[in-house]
Amino acid sequence: MSRQQRREALAGYLYILPNFIGFLIFTGIPVFIGLGISFTNYKGFPGAKFVGVANYLQLFKDTLFKTALRNNLAYSFSVVPLTILVSLLLALMLNKAIPLGGFFKTVYFFPNLTSMVAVGCVALLLFEPTKGPINQFLRMLGMPQESLPGWFFSSKTALATVVITVVWKQAGYYMIMFLGGLKNIPSHLYEAAKIDGANPWQIFWSVTWPMLTPTTFMVAILCFIASFQTFDIINVTTAGGPGRATSVLVFRIYREAFSDWKMGYASAIAYFLFMIILVVTLVQWHGQKNWVVEDD
Amino acid sequence: MKDNYKTRQRIANWTLCVVGLAVSFLMLVPFAWMLSASFKNNMEIYAYPIKWVPEFFRLDNYRKVWVEINFPRYFLNSLKLSSIITAAQLVTCSLAAYSFSKLRFPGRDKIFVLYLATMMVPWHAIMIPQFIVVKTLNLYDSHLSLIMIQSFSAFGVFLLRQNMLSIPGSLHEAAKIDGCGSFRTYWSIILPLTKTGLATLTVLTFNGIWNDYLGPMLYLDSDKNKTVQVALAGFKQEYSADYGAIMAGTVCSIIPIILVYVFAQKYIVEGVAFSGLKG
Repeated sequence: MSRQQRREALAGYLYILPNFIGFLIFTGIPVFIGLGISFTNYKGFPGAKFVGVANYLQLFKDTLFKTALRNNLAYSFSVVPLTILVSLLLALMLNKAIPLGGFFKTVYFFPNLTSMVAVGCVALLLFEPTKGPINQFLRMLGMPQESLPGWFFSSKTALATVVITVVWKQAGYYMIMFLGGLKNIPSHLYEAAKIDGANPWQIFWSVTWPMLTPTTFMVAILCFIASFQTFDIINVTTAGGPGRATSVLVFRIYREAFSDWKMGYASAIAYFLFMIILVVTLVQWHGQKNWVVEDD
Repeated sequence: MKDNYKTRQRIANWTLCVVGLAVSFLMLVPFAWMLSASFKNNMEIYAYPIKWVPEFFRLDNYRKVWVEINFPRYFLNSLKLSSIITAAQLVTCSLAAYSFSKLRFPGRDKIFVLYLATMMVPWHAIMIPQFIVVKTLNLYDSHLSLIMIQSFSAFGVFLLRQNMLSIPGSLHEAAKIDGCGSFRTYWSIILPLTKTGLATLTVLTFNGIWNDYLGPMLYLDSDKNKTVQVALAGFKQEYSADYGAIMAGTVCSIIPIILVYVFAQKYIVEGVAFSGLKG
């Protein structure tokens, strides 16, 4: 190495250093500490004992955890398809040169920027079962008193209400991604389809949808990963209730670790979550290479 | 026939515009309701039919938020954290991104792959060990804890690196031949050409930190340290029957975000498009 090359290499390491050290201490090392703790009965003070895989075996017996996992799956498998549906429809609409299109894009994206805490506060009042404006509106439409939904306050509808609120908030975000995907579809494909006499419905299913698969796939993955990290909205609106109706994985981790101080056990749940997300991410990497239809 | 097609197209577009307006209504009406409720008392808030423009603009709710619960303090705390963390990320991420994109040194690409891998680690999965690290370093209940945790972002490095890769290498080489040191090249050639990336990272980070809830909830304990989101959630619990005041607090918590959106919408949208790209 020449002197100059050595200096460049030195500078290279030096410039990475601040970020790297910070990352190592607060992300890298914790990944391993977390794994270690998950094999102990650590409770937040010295004197933890090694318990082997006991915490992981406990997962299978713990009804609180199993309920949270079931709720989380139900939540994810409703939020993801609904978000895709709504954001795709919005993107298809805004992809046309419609009047006020730019304004619509700005408006639809806006809820995504506000905090979940703020959204939760407003949603709680809007969905208030007895006097809230939404139930008043349903009453006006002629819905009988006893069949008005209890929204956040009934164990039957609480999770669905969270789903509605989250889809409303995040649809604009994924809409922007779909708009990006739609812009990348070469216009000659549409022209060819039109010349062949395809109607809009056929054009959608034989050009837009297949060409959009990479985007849809990516949106599904990102949305799915995010859905396994849901916490803010739950903690603000329902705190896991009523009963356990809206308890999800991160909420469970939070409660076990920071209310009951069972940090060892909570770490086992956290690692379980980590593995789910890791698998989904690997599926994504694999899928991007193989499954998705590429343009050629 | 062509005219016929054009007319049909126009009608279709205007129909879609009407649908678009309806969706806009759905997206904005909760905010309108929130604003209107923040000026009302409980009776008026749930009065039926809804009076969108309040009869009296009561400022009681805002007085309660700003005087009784010390909102200014929380507001300043959030502002402080968001600004410091954003600034720190700009420095640490741009330096690392410069190094990864323009400098040559052994192991560079391997280290970068390591960075990408850490982006997969969900924060919620490591919040317990991170909490232990923070406690061990004696940072608990100080703003420094959040600053230390959030000032280093692999996403930021990735975003800026992608931006810097599009700067022609010849520019960097020319500067080197002219005897320009690596830091000067970074400062006076690379950074000015990365403005879009830097602006995007600024907006995304500021917004993210401002809206962060779980982080401050875990790491800050005393009232004087709390941020807007934590205070708002606590306020909602404590004054659960005081709807107007909760809405006034919510309005105040959203105002900075609206300002950011008005002035930097372009960069936010760019950021979303980028998160799509990274997938």
